[in-house]
Amino acid sequence: MEQRRINELGDELYGALRERRMVEPLTDRESAITIEDAYYISLRLVARRQADGETIIGKKIGVTSKAVQNMLNVHQPDFGYLTDRMVYGNGDEVPIGTELIQPRAEGEIAFILKRDLAGPGITNADVLRATEAVMPCFEIVDSRIRDWKIRIQDTVADNASCGLFLLGDRAVDPRRVDLATCGMVVEKNGELLSTGAGAAALGSPVNCVSWLANTLGGFGIALKAGEVILSGSLVPLEPVRPGDHMRVAIGGIGSASVRFT
Amino acid sequence: MTTVAAEVVAELAEYLESAELEARDVVKITDTYPDLDFEDAYDIQWEIRRRKLERGTRLAGLKAGLTSRAKMKQMGVETPIYGFLADYFERPEGGEIATADLIHPKVEAEIAVVTKRELRGPCHMGQALAAIDFVLPAVEIIDSRYENFRFDLVSVIADNASSSRFVLGGRMAELRDVDLPTLGVVMEKNGEVVQLGAGAAVLNHPVSSVVLLANMLAERDAVIPAGTLILTGGITAAVAVAAGDAINVRYQGLGNVTMRFV
Repeated sequence: MEQRRINELGDELYGALRERRMVEPLTDRESAITIEDAYYISLRLVARRQADGETIIGKKIGVTSKAVQNMLNVHQPDFGYLTDRMVYGNGDEVPIGTELIQPRAEGEIAFILKRDLAGPGITNADVLRATEAVMPCFEIVDSRIRDWKIRIQDTVADNASCGLFLLGDRAVDPRRVDLATCGMVVEKNGELLSTGAGAAALGSPVNCVSWLANTLGGFGIALKAGEVILSGSLVPLEPVRPGDHMRVAIGGIGSASVRFT
Repeated sequence: MTTVAAEVVAELAEYLESAELEARDVVKITDTYPDLDFEDAYDIQWEIRRRKLERGTRLAGLKAGLTSRAKMKQMGVETPIYGFLADYFERPEGGEIATADLIHPKVEAEIAVVTKRELRGPCHMGQALAAIDFVLPAVEIIDSRYENFRFDLVSVIADNASSSRFVLGGRMAELRDVDLPTLGVVMEKNGEVVQLGAGAAVLNHPVSSVVLLANMLAERDAVIPAGTLILTGGITAAVAVAAGDAINVRYQGLGNVTMRFV
């Protein structure tokens, strides 16, 4: 895809984000769009956000569950950029009407890095060595694509459907928890909604971070000390509306909650 | 209110137990006796238990069934059900399970507890927690005696809540050292992850099953004796297995439970 068209589509998604409106799927309009094109579109979108003064503070990994991979007919995850404007506090109220379009909540484990991770060649041992702490996390994903009618190129271009995120009440040394078997319990409005475990994300959240470090390494990009890495949902995505309250608890790690207004 | 005569209870107990022992599926009992109620159903289950004990089988423990909100909603009930575990249901950790002895087995990952003192209902969570000696991981193999696992509540209660086999893991834990609601389980079949979950899938806390079990038994003036093994209910959906399948379940902090079906 030509750079001019990449910029146009990145600008269109940026406009949709800022004005909280939906656009038609890019894959309906650009039949030849590749996943690589889509990443360049997302870079344009993120560059526009940086031009507004937003700072990149980490990355997110998406499409990590078998269910979502099957839905999108892909066999690899994707990633997006996290900026400082996406951060909310544990227990905060998130005003959907001013910040989001069609939000969905997902429970995840966040990695806080203490060292750079520059792929390729990053192993799970490198990831664990570079991890300062793991934390409970809610990611509120959102799509600028109409009615979430996404194919893999649509979500990649749309910064991996990033919306907002918040971290929970504890930061735990990764050597104190088995990240593949730790259980996740999600409640919505006080009722049990779903349960899961770490292995839901590519067999282990650590595999997800390794994948990201190695994939970005191929583009000459490193994960940086101090960055937050959201490793992928361990439970099905849940649509949320004003008035909803969500809570997530992760075995051995902690909990987080969020309210929507 | 009991609706049927003792002869019918005896006849249906023999009908279901024979199906279990001969590993063949049968038509559900409510097709023949549509008016059976819960009390009749438990009468039949207790009659099956009596028959087994009379033959020298020993009681190995108790189990709770229909413990997930989804399953309860699906069956239109407000409370779980219970069944008993006979000694010959147990298979060793890492061992083989002969599918020839079973009809259409399915496996579920569970948390098991063993009590250290008698628990008499009605009781509350605090009493149930205080009565538990330790926790251990378990896999239950359920095997409805009804065609295609299709049954109603009365039929499944009479059929001993589809109890069939169980395997216990070797790693026990103190209750105070594990957080059962967030304890994660990962079930692998032939090396592939097929089910995931956490303890809260069982009534928000697996020990809730013990409370309800004690309370249901109290209705028949029965108690949970000290030293009883209790399978608290499936954390994951039940997964069908056949000869040649290997199952490995990983439990957060409690190791693995494995078995092969032959």
